[in-house]
Amino acid sequence: MMLSCREATRLLSQGADRDLAFGERIALRVHLAICDGCRNVSKQFAFLRLAVARLSQGDDGERG
Amino acid sequence: MPADFRSQVEGLRPYLLRYASLQLRDAAAAEDAVQEVLLAALAGEANFAGRSNLRTWLTGILKHKIVDAIRRQARERPASELEPEGDEGEFDALFDRRGHWQEAPDAWEQPEGALGQKQFLAALEACLRALPQRTAQAFMMREHLGLETPEICKELGITSTHCWVMLHRARMALRLCLDMNWFKK
Repeated sequence: MMLSCREATRLLSQGADRDLAFGERIALRVHLAICDGCRNVSKQFAFLRLAVARLSQGDDGERG
Repeated sequence: MPADFRSQVEGLRPYLLRYASLQLRDAAAAEDAVQEVLLAALAGEANFAGRSNLRTWLTGILKHKIVDAIRRQARERPASELEPEGDEGEFDALFDRRGHWQEAPDAWEQPEGALGQKQFLAALEACLRALPQRTAQAFMMREHLGLETPEICKELGITSTHCWVMLHRARMALRLCLDMNWFKK
C-alpha cells in the first residue's frame, strides 16, 4: 500500500505518541525512502520535541 | 536550617511559574498551582530529605498540580465541545487531491543552533500561543509535561483518536509556523 504524504505525516505524528503497527511502520519507511518532504517533516517533528524541552530548561541563568 | 530551605524553595518560584505558565494559559491558574507547590514543599520538607535535586522534586509536585488544574478546566468546558475532532480538512491547503504535498517542505538549516537563541524560543512560544487552546494544551501535556496519550485523553475527556488528531494538528501547525516565521525569514 502506498501512503500519501498526508497519511505519512499522520503516522509520523502518531509514531511519537503510540506504537505503530508493523504494517504502518513498513508503509511509513517505504514512503520516507522516496519522499524528501516527509523526511524533512520527520526531522522537524523530532526537533519540535527538543525545542519544547528547551523552553523550560534553557533560561536558568537568565531568570535566576 | 528551615530558613535556608524556605529561601531555596522561594528562589525556585520564577522557574516554577514559568514552567506552569507554559502549560496553563491562565496566569492566575499558574500562580495558584505554584503557590500550592510552595506550600506543599514547606509543609513536607521531611519528604525531601535525602533527595539530591530540589528543583526536580518541586517540578514533580508541580506537574500533579498542573494536571489537577487542567482536569478542573476540562470539566467546565470539555475539549470535544471546544475543538471538534474534524476531518483534518484543515490541511487541505498543504496537499493536493491525492494527498501529496502542494509544495514539499524544505529541510531546516542548522536547527540545533536555533535552540540556544532567545529569539528562537520566543518565536516558538508565539507559535504555541497561536494554536487553538485545547490543541496547545494536549501538545504541551505530551511534550512539556511528558504525559502518555492515555493520560492526556483521560484528563481532557476525549477519545485517543481525538487526542492523536489534536497532537498531529499541533505538530503540523507548529512546523508551519516556525518554517514561516523563523527558518525562512
